[in-house]
Amino acid sequence: MAEPVVEATDLEKRHGDFEAVRGISFRIEPGSCFGILGPNGAGKTSTLRMVQAVSGPSAGRLRVLGLDPVSDGATVRARIGVVPQDDNLDPDLDVRENLYVYARYFRMSRAEAERRAQTLLEFVSLTDKSNRRIRELSGGMKRRLVIARALVNEPELVVLDEPTTGLDPQARHHVWQKLRELKDRGVTTAITTHYMDEAERLCDVVVIMDRGRIIATGAPAAIIREHAGEEVIELEASEEDEKKILDGLSLEGALTERTGDTRLFFLSRRSGLADRLIERARAARAPCLLRNASLEDVFLRLTGRELSE
Amino acid sequence: MSRAASFARNAWRVTMRNMLVWRRLVLPTSIGYVGEPLLYLVALGFGLGQVVPRLDGMTYAEFIAPGLVVSTVMYTATFECTFGSYTRMETQGTYDAILATPIAIGELVAGEILFGGIKAAFGGVIVLGVATAFGLVPSWWALGVAPVALLAGLRFSAMALVTSSFSKSYDVFNYYFTLIIAPMYLFGGVFFPLDRMPAWIQRAALLVPLTHVVTLSRSLVRGTVSAGLVGNAAVLVGFLCPAYFLAEYGLRRRLER
Repeated sequence: MAEPVVEATDLEKRHGDFEAVRGISFRIEPGSCFGILGPNGAGKTSTLRMVQAVSGPSAGRLRVLGLDPVSDGATVRARIGVVPQDDNLDPDLDVRENLYVYARYFRMSRAEAERRAQTLLEFVSLTDKSNRRIRELSGGMKRRLVIARALVNEPELVVLDEPTTGLDPQARHHVWQKLRELKDRGVTTAITTHYMDEAERLCDVVVIMDRGRIIATGAPAAIIREHAGEEVIELEASEEDEKKILDGLSLEGALTERTGDTRLFFLSRRSGLADRLIERARAARAPCLLRNASLEDVFLRLTGRELSE
Repeated sequence: MSRAASFARNAWRVTMRNMLVWRRLVLPTSIGYVGEPLLYLVALGFGLGQVVPRLDGMTYAEFIAPGLVVSTVMYTATFECTFGSYTRMETQGTYDAILATPIAIGELVAGEILFGGIKAAFGGVIVLGVATAFGLVPSWWALGVAPVALLAGLRFSAMALVTSSFSKSYDVFNYYFTLIIAPMYLFGGVFFPLDRMPAWIQRAALLVPLTHVVTLSRSLVRGTVSAGLVGNAAVLVGFLCPAYFLAEYGLRRRLER
Protein backbone atom coordinates (compact mmCIF):
# COMPACT_ATOMS: atom_id res chain seq x y z
CA MET A 1 0.00 0.00 0.00
CA ALA A 2 1.27 3.45 -0.88
CA GLU A 3 2.39 5.71 1.93
CA PRO A 4 -0.50 7.87 3.16
CA VAL A 5 -0.41 11.59 2.31
CA VAL A 6 -1.46 12.44 5.85
CA GLU A 7 -1.22 10.19 8.85
CA ALA A 8 -2.43 11.35 12.27
CA THR A 9 -2.16 9.32 15.45
CA ASP A 10 -3.76 10.47 18.71
CA LEU A 11 -3.52 14.04 17.52
CA GLU A 12 -4.46 16.78 20.00
CA LYS A 13 -4.73 20.55 19.87
CA ARG A 14 -5.30 22.81 22.85
CA HIS A 15 -5.89 26.57 22.72
CA GLY A 16 -5.23 27.60 26.32
CA ASP A 17 -7.76 25.66 28.39
CA PHE A 18 -9.88 24.74 25.40
CA GLU A 19 -9.28 21.30 23.88
CA ALA A 20 -10.17 21.78 20.23
CA VAL A 21 -8.95 18.34 19.11
CA ARG A 22 -8.90 15.49 21.65
CA GLY A 23 -6.89 12.63 20.27
CA ILE A 24 -7.88 11.76 16.71
CA SER A 25 -6.32 9.25 14.32
CA PHE A 26 -6.86 9.08 10.56
CA ARG A 27 -5.09 8.45 7.26
CA ILE A 28 -5.53 10.22 3.96
CA GLU A 29 -4.63 7.97 1.03
CA PRO A 30 -2.96 9.37 -2.10
CA GLY A 31 -5.36 10.59 -4.76
CA SER A 32 -8.40 10.38 -2.51
CA CYS A 33 -10.82 13.04 -1.39
CA PHE A 34 -11.06 13.08 2.40
CA GLY A 35 -13.96 14.86 4.10
CA ILE A 36 -14.09 16.16 7.64
CA LEU A 37 -17.64 16.76 8.79
CA GLY A 38 -18.92 18.04 12.08
CA PRO A 39 -20.88 20.85 13.70
CA ASN A 40 -19.27 24.22 14.34
CA GLY A 41 -16.65 23.92 17.05
CA ALA A 42 -16.05 20.21 16.39
CA GLY A 43 -12.34 20.82 15.71
CA LYS A 44 -12.37 20.61 11.89
CA THR A 45 -10.48 23.83 11.22
CA SER A 46 -7.99 23.17 14.03
CA THR A 47 -7.26 19.80 12.45
CA LEU A 48 -6.75 21.32 9.01
CA ARG A 49 -4.46 24.03 10.39
CA MET A 50 -2.19 21.36 11.82
CA VAL A 51 -2.15 19.49 8.51
CA GLN A 52 -1.33 22.77 6.74
CA ALA A 53 1.74 23.18 8.96
CA VAL A 54 0.66 26.57 10.28
CA SER A 55 -0.19 25.42 13.78
CA GLY A 56 1.72 22.78 15.73
CA PRO A 57 -0.01 19.82 17.43
CA SER A 58 -0.21 19.92 21.24
CA ALA A 59 0.24 16.14 21.40
CA GLY A 60 0.20 13.08 19.17
CA ARG A 61 1.95 12.26 15.94
CA LEU A 62 1.33 13.87 12.57
CA ARG A 63 3.05 13.16 9.25
CA VAL A 64 2.19 15.14 6.12
CA LEU A 65 3.67 13.98 2.80
CA GLY A 66 6.00 11.84 4.85
CA LEU A 67 7.36 14.87 6.71
CA ASP A 68 7.01 16.36 10.17
CA PRO A 69 4.94 19.56 9.71
CA VAL A 70 6.62 21.20 12.72
CA SER A 71 10.29 20.72 11.87
CA ASP A 72 9.76 20.74 8.08
CA GLY A 73 6.97 23.34 8.03
CA ALA A 74 8.25 25.35 5.07
CA THR A 75 8.79 22.21 2.94
CA VAL A 76 5.33 20.89 3.76
CA ARG A 77 3.71 24.26 2.99
CA ALA A 78 5.61 24.40 -0.31
CA ARG A 79 3.89 21.18 -1.41
CA ILE A 80 0.30 21.82 -0.32
CA GLY A 81 -2.39 24.26 -1.39
CA VAL A 82 -4.83 25.95 0.95
CA VAL A 83 -8.36 27.26 0.43
CA PRO A 84 -9.20 28.98 3.72
CA GLN A 85 -12.66 29.37 5.18
CA ASP A 86 -12.63 33.16 4.92
CA ASP A 87 -11.53 34.61 1.62
CA ASN A 88 -8.21 36.23 2.30
CA LEU A 89 -7.52 37.39 -1.21
CA ASP A 90 -5.37 40.48 -1.31
CA PRO A 91 -7.72 43.48 -1.80
CA ASP A 92 -4.76 45.75 -2.53
CA LEU A 93 -3.94 43.79 -5.68
CA ASP A 94 -5.89 42.92 -8.83
CA VAL A 95 -6.95 39.41 -9.84
CA ARG A 96 -3.83 38.51 -11.84
CA GLU A 97 -1.50 40.06 -9.28
CA ASN A 98 -3.08 37.96 -6.54
CA LEU A 99 -1.85 34.85 -8.33
CA TYR A 100 1.45 36.35 -9.44
CA VAL A 101 2.45 37.61 -5.99
CA TYR A 102 1.40 34.33 -4.41
CA ALA A 103 3.45 32.35 -6.93
CA ARG A 104 6.46 34.45 -6.01
CA TYR A 105 6.10 33.38 -2.37
CA PHE A 106 6.73 29.87 -3.67
CA ARG A 107 10.06 30.88 -5.18
CA MET A 108 8.94 30.95 -8.76
CA SER A 109 10.78 33.17 -11.22
CA ARG A 110 8.90 36.16 -12.58
CA ALA A 111 8.29 34.51 -15.96
CA GLU A 112 7.16 31.27 -14.36
CA ALA A 113 4.84 33.12 -11.94
CA GLU A 114 3.35 35.05 -14.86
CA ARG A 115 2.77 31.82 -16.81
CA ARG A 116 1.20 30.09 -13.82
CA ALA A 117 -1.14 33.05 -13.23
CA GLN A 118 -2.34 32.92 -16.87
CA THR A 119 -2.89 29.16 -16.84
CA LEU A 120 -4.81 29.23 -13.58
CA LEU A 121 -6.99 32.16 -14.63
CA GLU A 122 -8.03 30.03 -17.59
CA PHE A 123 -8.59 26.99 -15.36
CA VAL A 124 -11.14 28.88 -13.25
CA SER A 125 -12.54 30.94 -16.16
CA LEU A 126 -11.43 34.33 -14.85
CA THR A 127 -9.13 35.40 -17.68
CA ASP A 128 -11.41 38.28 -18.67
CA LYS A 129 -11.34 39.56 -15.07
CA SER A 130 -7.51 39.66 -14.80
CA ASN A 131 -7.33 43.37 -14.14
CA ARG A 132 -10.31 43.66 -11.82
CA ARG A 133 -9.91 44.49 -8.16
CA ILE A 134 -11.03 41.86 -5.67
CA ARG A 135 -13.96 43.91 -4.37
CA GLU A 136 -15.47 43.93 -7.87
CA LEU A 137 -15.78 40.11 -7.91
CA SER A 138 -18.86 38.15 -6.91
CA GLY A 139 -18.67 35.59 -4.10
CA GLY A 140 -18.40 32.75 -6.59
CA MET A 141 -15.59 34.42 -8.53
CA LYS A 142 -13.67 35.05 -5.32
CA ARG A 143 -13.92 31.38 -4.39
CA ARG A 144 -12.69 30.37 -7.83
CA LEU A 145 -9.77 32.72 -7.49
CA VAL A 146 -8.91 31.36 -4.04
CA ILE A 147 -8.95 27.86 -5.52
CA ALA A 148 -6.71 28.98 -8.37
CA ARG A 149 -4.37 30.57 -5.82
CA ALA A 150 -4.21 27.29 -3.87
CA LEU A 151 -3.01 25.54 -7.03
CA VAL A 152 -0.27 28.00 -7.86
CA ASN A 153 2.50 25.69 -6.57
CA GLU A 154 1.06 22.55 -8.23
CA PRO A 155 0.36 21.02 -4.82
CA GLU A 156 0.22 17.30 -4.08
CA LEU A 157 -2.39 17.92 -1.38
CA VAL A 158 -5.07 20.62 -1.40
CA VAL A 159 -6.79 21.52 1.85
CA LEU A 160 -10.19 23.22 1.52
CA ASP A 161 -12.02 24.61 4.53
CA GLU A 162 -15.71 24.96 3.63
CA PRO A 163 -15.05 25.66 -0.05
CA THR A 164 -18.68 26.24 -1.08
CA THR A 165 -20.22 27.96 1.94
CA GLY A 166 -22.34 30.91 0.82
CA LEU A 167 -22.21 30.12 -2.90
CA ASP A 168 -25.16 29.92 -5.27
CA PRO A 169 -25.92 26.55 -6.92
CA GLN A 170 -24.13 27.41 -10.16
CA ALA A 171 -20.99 28.43 -8.34
CA ARG A 172 -21.13 25.31 -6.13
CA HIS A 173 -21.34 23.07 -9.17
CA HIS A 174 -18.44 24.90 -10.75
CA VAL A 175 -16.33 24.36 -7.63
CA TRP A 176 -17.28 20.66 -7.56
CA GLN A 177 -16.29 20.33 -11.20
CA LYS A 178 -12.89 21.85 -10.43
CA LEU A 179 -12.40 19.48 -7.51
CA ARG A 180 -13.21 16.50 -9.71
CA GLU A 181 -10.71 17.73 -12.29
CA LEU A 182 -8.08 17.89 -9.57
CA LYS A 183 -8.91 14.38 -8.52
CA ASP A 184 -8.55 13.15 -12.08
CA ARG A 185 -5.05 14.55 -12.04
CA GLY A 186 -4.27 12.53 -8.95
CA VAL A 187 -4.24 15.44 -6.50
CA THR A 188 -5.22 14.47 -2.96
CA THR A 189 -7.83 16.72 -1.34
CA ALA A 190 -9.01 17.22 2.22
CA ILE A 191 -12.18 19.24 2.70
CA THR A 192 -14.45 20.32 5.50
CA THR A 193 -18.06 21.09 4.72
CA HIS A 194 -21.45 21.57 6.30
CA TYR A 195 -23.20 20.28 3.19
CA MET A 196 -23.75 16.55 3.47
CA ASP A 197 -24.74 16.19 -0.18
CA GLU A 198 -21.41 17.75 -1.08
CA ALA A 199 -19.50 15.27 1.06
CA GLU A 200 -21.50 12.33 -0.38
CA ARG A 201 -20.79 13.53 -3.88
CA LEU A 202 -17.10 14.31 -3.56
CA CYS A 203 -15.53 12.32 -0.75
CA ASP A 204 -14.12 8.82 -0.87
CA VAL A 205 -13.76 8.75 2.88
CA VAL A 206 -15.32 10.95 5.51
CA VAL A 207 -14.83 11.34 9.21
CA ILE A 208 -17.51 12.86 11.40
CA MET A 209 -16.11 14.90 14.26
CA ASP A 210 -17.89 16.11 17.36
CA ARG A 211 -16.38 17.98 20.29
CA GLY A 212 -12.82 17.26 19.21
CA ARG A 213 -13.25 13.53 18.58
CA ILE A 214 -13.90 11.38 15.53
CA ILE A 215 -17.20 9.55 16.03
CA ALA A 216 -17.50 7.82 12.65
CA THR A 217 -15.16 6.97 9.78
CA GLY A 218 -15.64 5.33 6.40
CA ALA A 219 -16.86 5.66 2.84
CA PRO A 220 -20.09 7.72 2.75
CA ALA A 221 -22.19 4.78 1.54
CA ALA A 222 -20.82 2.45 4.21
CA ILE A 223 -21.33 4.99 6.99
CA ILE A 224 -24.89 5.62 5.86
CA ARG A 225 -25.72 1.90 5.82
CA GLU A 226 -24.19 1.41 9.23
CA HIS A 227 -25.81 4.34 11.00
CA ALA A 228 -28.97 5.15 9.06
CA GLY A 229 -29.93 2.04 7.15
CA GLU A 230 -30.89 2.30 3.49
CA GLU A 231 -34.31 3.91 3.50
CA VAL A 232 -35.87 6.46 5.74
CA ILE A 233 -39.53 7.00 6.40
CA GLU A 234 -40.60 10.30 7.82
CA LEU A 235 -43.98 9.99 9.48
CA GLU A 236 -45.69 13.18 10.50
CA ALA A 237 -48.00 12.43 13.41
CA SER A 238 -48.59 13.39 17.03
CA GLU A 239 -47.44 10.87 19.61
CA GLU A 240 -50.99 9.68 20.15
CA ASP A 241 -51.74 9.16 16.46
CA GLU A 242 -48.38 7.48 16.08
CA LYS A 243 -49.28 4.94 18.73
CA LYS A 244 -52.46 4.08 16.85
CA ILE A 245 -50.65 3.75 13.53
CA LEU A 246 -47.96 1.52 14.94
CA ASP A 247 -50.33 -0.53 17.07
CA GLY A 248 -49.53 -4.21 16.69
CA LEU A 249 -46.79 -3.62 14.10
CA SER A 250 -43.46 -5.28 14.81
CA LEU A 251 -40.64 -2.85 14.05
CA GLU A 252 -38.13 -5.69 14.19
CA GLY A 253 -35.65 -3.55 16.06
CA ALA A 254 -35.50 -0.85 13.35
CA LEU A 255 -33.85 2.38 14.46
CA THR A 256 -36.29 5.20 15.04
CA GLU A 257 -36.02 8.72 16.28
CA ARG A 258 -38.52 11.41 17.09
CA THR A 259 -37.90 15.07 16.25
CA GLY A 260 -40.70 17.57 16.81
CA ASP A 261 -43.83 16.30 15.09
CA THR A 262 -41.99 13.79 12.97
CA ARG A 263 -40.93 10.20 13.64
CA LEU A 264 -38.04 8.87 11.55
CA PHE A 265 -37.61 5.16 10.78
CA PHE A 266 -34.24 3.98 9.49
CA LEU A 267 -34.83 0.77 7.56
CA SER A 268 -33.11 -1.79 5.40
CA ARG A 269 -34.71 -2.46 2.01
CA ARG A 270 -35.11 -6.18 2.63
CA SER A 271 -37.30 -5.78 5.68
CA GLY A 272 -40.41 -4.78 3.74
CA LEU A 273 -41.32 -2.72 6.76
CA ALA A 274 -41.52 0.42 4.63
CA ASP A 275 -44.51 -0.85 2.64
CA ARG A 276 -46.42 -1.84 5.76
CA LEU A 277 -45.72 1.53 7.41
CA ILE A 278 -46.84 3.48 4.36
CA GLU A 279 -50.03 1.45 4.12
CA ARG A 280 -50.92 2.18 7.73
CA ALA A 281 -50.04 5.86 7.45
CA ARG A 282 -52.28 6.20 4.39
CA ALA A 283 -55.12 4.54 6.22
CA ALA A 284 -54.70 7.04 9.07
CA ARG A 285 -54.28 9.92 6.62
CA ALA A 286 -50.95 10.86 8.20
CA PRO A 287 -48.37 12.52 5.90
CA CYS A 288 -45.57 10.07 5.25
CA LEU A 289 -42.42 10.26 3.12
CA LEU A 290 -40.14 7.50 1.92
CA ARG A 291 -36.62 8.44 0.82
CA ASN A 292 -33.07 7.13 0.63
CA ALA A 293 -30.94 7.41 3.76
CA SER A 294 -28.34 10.15 3.49
CA LEU A 295 -25.24 11.34 5.19
CA GLU A 296 -27.34 14.07 6.75
CA ASP A 297 -29.29 11.41 8.66
CA VAL A 298 -26.04 9.97 9.96
CA PHE A 299 -24.77 13.38 10.87
CA LEU A 300 -27.87 14.34 12.82
CA ARG A 301 -28.13 10.96 14.51
CA LEU A 302 -24.54 11.05 15.68
CA THR A 303 -24.07 14.70 16.54
CA GLY A 304 -27.54 15.36 17.91
CA ARG A 305 -30.38 17.46 16.60
CA GLU A 306 -30.23 20.22 19.15
CA LEU A 307 -28.17 23.29 18.37
CA SER A 308 -24.62 22.70 19.50
CA GLU A 309 -23.84 26.35 20.21
CA MET B 1 20.75 27.94 -0.79
CA SER B 2 22.07 28.96 2.60
CA ARG B 3 19.68 29.74 5.42
CA ALA B 4 20.56 33.43 5.40
CA ALA B 5 20.06 33.75 1.64
CA SER B 6 16.76 31.90 1.87
CA PHE B 7 15.63 34.15 4.73
CA ALA B 8 16.56 37.30 2.83
CA ARG B 9 14.85 36.09 -0.32
CA ASN B 10 11.59 35.26 1.43
CA ALA B 11 11.60 38.53 3.37
CA TRP B 12 12.19 40.40 0.10
CA ARG B 13 9.13 38.70 -1.44
CA VAL B 14 7.00 40.19 1.34
CA THR B 15 8.59 43.60 0.80
CA MET B 16 7.93 43.31 -2.95
CA ARG B 17 4.25 42.57 -2.34
CA ASN B 18 3.97 45.88 -0.50
CA MET B 19 6.04 47.67 -3.14
CA LEU B 20 3.63 46.45 -5.82
CA VAL B 21 0.72 47.96 -3.88
CA TRP B 22 2.63 51.15 -3.15
CA ARG B 23 3.58 51.63 -6.81
CA ARG B 24 0.01 52.67 -7.58
CA LEU B 25 0.05 55.25 -4.78
CA VAL B 26 3.53 56.71 -5.04
CA LEU B 27 2.42 60.09 -6.33
CA PRO B 28 -0.33 60.83 -3.77
CA THR B 29 1.81 59.57 -0.90
CA SER B 30 4.75 61.69 -2.03
CA ILE B 31 2.59 64.79 -2.01
CA GLY B 32 1.48 63.79 1.48
CA TYR B 33 5.10 63.52 2.62
CA VAL B 34 5.95 66.99 1.44
CA GLY B 35 2.78 68.67 2.66
CA GLU B 36 3.11 68.58 6.40
CA PRO B 37 6.84 69.22 6.79
CA LEU B 38 6.49 72.06 4.29
CA LEU B 39 3.81 73.70 6.45
CA TYR B 40 6.00 73.42 9.53
CA LEU B 41 9.01 74.70 7.65
CA VAL B 42 7.16 77.78 6.41
CA ALA B 43 5.12 78.52 9.56
CA LEU B 44 7.82 77.82 12.10
CA GLY B 45 11.04 78.18 10.13
CA PHE B 46 10.24 81.30 8.19
CA GLY B 47 7.39 82.63 10.38
CA LEU B 48 8.34 81.99 13.96
CA GLY B 49 11.99 82.09 12.83
CA GLN B 50 11.78 85.87 12.43
CA VAL B 51 11.63 86.29 16.20
CA VAL B 52 14.02 83.47 17.06
CA PRO B 53 17.72 84.34 17.39
CA ARG B 54 20.34 82.41 15.39
CA LEU B 55 21.16 79.07 16.99
CA ASP B 56 24.82 77.99 16.70
CA GLY B 57 25.07 80.19 13.63
CA MET B 58 21.92 78.75 12.00
CA THR B 59 18.69 80.54 11.13
CA TYR B 60 15.68 78.86 12.74
CA ALA B 61 14.61 77.39 9.36
CA GLU B 62 18.10 75.93 8.89
CA PHE B 63 17.95 74.56 12.44
CA ILE B 64 14.66 72.68 12.07
CA ALA B 65 14.97 71.49 8.43
CA PRO B 66 17.19 68.41 9.20
CA GLY B 67 14.85 67.45 12.04
CA LEU B 68 11.76 67.73 9.83
CA VAL B 69 13.45 65.38 7.33
CA VAL B 70 13.84 62.64 9.93
CA SER B 71 10.54 63.23 11.70
CA THR B 72 8.93 62.53 8.32
CA VAL B 73 10.83 59.24 8.39
CA MET B 74 9.54 58.52 11.88
CA TYR B 75 5.91 59.27 11.06
CA THR B 76 5.92 57.42 7.73
CA ALA B 77 7.45 54.28 9.24
CA THR B 78 5.09 54.45 12.20
CA PHE B 79 1.95 54.85 10.12
CA GLU B 80 3.00 52.05 7.78
CA CYS B 81 3.72 49.51 10.49
CA THR B 82 0.83 50.41 12.77
CA PHE B 83 -2.27 51.13 10.68
CA GLY B 84 -0.86 49.55 7.50
CA SER B 85 0.48 46.35 9.02
CA TYR B 86 -2.43 45.94 11.40
CA THR B 87 -4.87 46.17 8.49
CA ARG B 88 -2.95 43.51 6.57
CA MET B 89 -2.78 41.32 9.65
CA GLU B 90 -6.23 41.68 11.15
CA THR B 91 -8.66 43.06 8.58
CA GLN B 92 -7.44 41.66 5.26
CA GLY B 93 -6.02 38.32 6.37
CA THR B 94 -2.94 39.03 4.25
CA TYR B 95 -0.60 37.61 6.91
CA ASP B 96 -2.62 34.40 7.13
CA ALA B 97 -2.45 34.01 3.37
CA ILE B 98 1.31 34.59 3.35
CA LEU B 99 1.94 32.19 6.21
CA ALA B 100 0.18 29.39 4.32
CA THR B 101 3.12 29.51 1.87
CA PRO B 102 6.73 28.52 2.63
CA ILE B 103 7.29 31.98 4.11
CA ALA B 104 7.85 31.87 7.88
CA ILE B 105 6.80 34.41 10.50
CA GLY B 106 10.32 35.79 10.96
CA GLU B 107 10.62 36.39 7.23
CA LEU B 108 7.26 38.12 7.18
CA VAL B 109 8.34 40.39 10.05
CA ALA B 110 11.63 41.22 8.32
CA GLY B 111 9.83 41.94 5.04
CA GLU B 112 7.33 44.28 6.68
CA ILE B 113 10.05 46.17 8.57
CA LEU B 114 12.16 46.45 5.44
CA PHE B 115 9.25 47.88 3.47
CA GLY B 116 8.45 50.36 6.25
CA GLY B 117 12.11 51.41 6.24
CA ILE B 118 12.31 51.88 2.48
CA LYS B 119 9.04 53.82 2.28
CA ALA B 120 10.04 56.03 5.20
CA ALA B 121 13.51 56.70 3.76
CA PHE B 122 11.89 57.64 0.45
CA GLY B 123 9.72 60.19 2.29
CA GLY B 124 12.73 61.58 4.16
CA VAL B 125 14.73 61.99 0.97
CA ILE B 126 11.87 63.89 -0.67
CA VAL B 127 11.69 66.32 2.26
CA LEU B 128 15.48 66.66 2.12
CA GLY B 129 15.05 67.63 -1.54
CA VAL B 130 12.52 70.29 -0.57
CA ALA B 131 14.84 71.66 2.14
CA THR B 132 17.63 71.78 -0.45
CA ALA B 133 15.38 73.76 -2.79
CA PHE B 134 14.90 76.31 0.00
CA GLY B 135 18.67 76.59 0.32
CA LEU B 136 18.72 75.01 3.77
CA VAL B 137 21.21 72.22 3.00
CA PRO B 138 24.76 73.60 2.81
CA SER B 139 26.90 70.42 2.83
CA TRP B 140 27.43 67.49 0.45
CA TRP B 141 27.60 65.32 3.56
CA ALA B 142 23.80 65.57 3.42
CA LEU B 143 23.86 62.65 0.96
CA GLY B 144 24.60 60.58 4.04
CA VAL B 145 21.11 61.41 5.34
CA ALA B 146 19.67 58.79 2.93
CA PRO B 147 21.25 55.75 4.65
CA VAL B 148 20.53 57.33 8.04
CA ALA B 149 16.89 57.69 7.00
CA LEU B 150 16.79 54.03 5.98
CA LEU B 151 18.28 52.93 9.29
CA ALA B 152 15.89 55.16 11.23
CA GLY B 153 13.00 53.94 9.10
CA LEU B 154 13.82 50.33 9.97
CA ARG B 155 14.12 51.27 13.63
CA PHE B 156 10.74 53.05 13.81
CA SER B 157 9.03 50.38 11.66
CA ALA B 158 10.25 47.63 13.97
CA MET B 159 9.00 49.54 17.02
CA ALA B 160 5.62 50.11 15.38
CA LEU B 161 5.31 46.47 14.33
CA VAL B 162 5.94 45.41 17.93
CA THR B 163 3.03 47.65 18.94
CA SER B 164 0.81 46.19 16.19
CA SER B 165 1.62 42.61 17.07
CA PHE B 166 0.42 43.17 20.65
CA SER B 167 -2.55 45.45 19.81
CA LYS B 168 -6.12 44.30 20.23
CA SER B 169 -7.60 47.12 18.13
CA TYR B 170 -6.79 50.27 16.18
CA ASP B 171 -7.50 52.32 19.33
CA VAL B 172 -4.18 51.28 20.82
CA PHE B 173 -2.41 53.26 18.11
CA ASN B 174 -3.91 56.50 19.39
CA TYR B 175 -2.09 55.91 22.66
CA TYR B 176 1.08 54.97 20.82
CA PHE B 177 1.00 58.18 18.79
CA THR B 178 0.06 60.42 21.72
CA LEU B 179 2.31 58.92 24.37
CA ILE B 180 5.36 57.87 22.37
CA ILE B 181 5.58 59.37 18.91
CA ALA B 182 4.36 62.94 19.62
CA PRO B 183 6.63 63.44 22.68
CA MET B 184 9.60 62.21 20.62
CA TYR B 185 8.70 64.67 17.89
CA LEU B 186 8.48 67.58 20.35
CA PHE B 187 11.37 66.70 22.69
CA GLY B 188 13.75 64.87 20.35
CA GLY B 189 15.68 68.01 19.40
CA VAL B 190 13.79 68.86 16.22
CA PHE B 191 12.47 72.25 17.37
CA PHE B 192 14.91 73.44 20.03
CA PRO B 193 18.49 72.60 21.01
CA LEU B 194 18.62 70.13 23.88
CA ASP B 195 22.04 71.26 25.10
CA ARG B 196 20.44 74.24 26.85
CA MET B 197 18.04 72.04 28.82
CA PRO B 198 18.70 70.80 32.37
CA ALA B 199 21.11 67.85 32.52
CA TRP B 200 18.44 65.28 33.42
CA ILE B 201 16.39 66.17 30.37
CA GLN B 202 19.45 65.79 28.19
CA ARG B 203 20.14 62.36 29.66
CA ALA B 204 16.51 61.32 29.21
CA ALA B 205 16.58 62.51 25.61
CA LEU B 206 19.43 60.09 24.88
CA LEU B 207 17.02 57.22 25.54
CA VAL B 208 14.78 58.49 22.76
CA PRO B 209 15.71 57.12 19.32
CA LEU B 210 14.63 60.24 17.45
CA THR B 211 17.23 62.33 19.33
CA HIS B 212 20.03 60.27 17.82
CA VAL B 213 18.52 60.44 14.36
CA VAL B 214 18.15 64.24 14.60
CA THR B 215 21.77 64.59 15.74
CA LEU B 216 22.93 62.48 12.78
CA SER B 217 20.77 64.32 10.28
CA ARG B 218 21.69 67.83 11.50
CA SER B 219 25.41 67.05 11.59
CA LEU B 220 25.37 65.64 8.06
CA VAL B 221 23.26 68.49 6.65
CA ARG B 222 25.58 71.06 8.27
CA GLY B 223 28.72 69.12 7.40
CA THR B 224 29.86 69.03 11.04
CA VAL B 225 30.78 65.36 11.00
CA SER B 226 32.60 63.74 13.92
CA ALA B 227 33.45 60.24 15.14
CA GLY B 228 30.75 60.58 17.83
CA LEU B 229 28.08 60.05 15.19
CA VAL B 230 29.05 56.37 14.96
CA GLY B 231 27.72 56.05 18.51
CA ASN B 232 24.38 57.54 17.50
CA ALA B 233 24.10 55.09 14.60
CA ALA B 234 25.09 52.20 16.88
CA VAL B 235 22.21 53.02 19.24
CA LEU B 236 19.77 52.69 16.33
CA VAL B 237 21.20 49.37 15.18
CA GLY B 238 21.35 48.10 18.76
CA PHE B 239 17.63 48.57 19.27
CA LEU B 240 16.68 47.06 15.92
CA CYS B 241 17.46 43.43 16.88
CA PRO B 242 15.42 43.23 20.09
CA ALA B 243 12.51 44.96 18.35
CA TYR B 244 12.62 42.40 15.54
CA PHE B 245 12.53 39.47 17.96
CA LEU B 246 9.78 41.05 20.02
CA ALA B 247 7.61 41.59 16.94
CA GLU B 248 8.26 38.01 15.83
CA TYR B 249 7.28 36.73 19.26
CA GLY B 250 4.10 38.84 19.28
CA LEU B 251 3.01 37.66 15.84
CA ARG B 252 3.80 34.02 16.57
CA ARG B 253 1.62 34.18 19.67
CA ARG B 254 -1.12 35.85 17.74
CA LEU B 255 -1.17 33.97 14.45
CA GLU B 256 -0.06 30.42 15.27
CA ARG B 257 -3.19 29.50 17.18
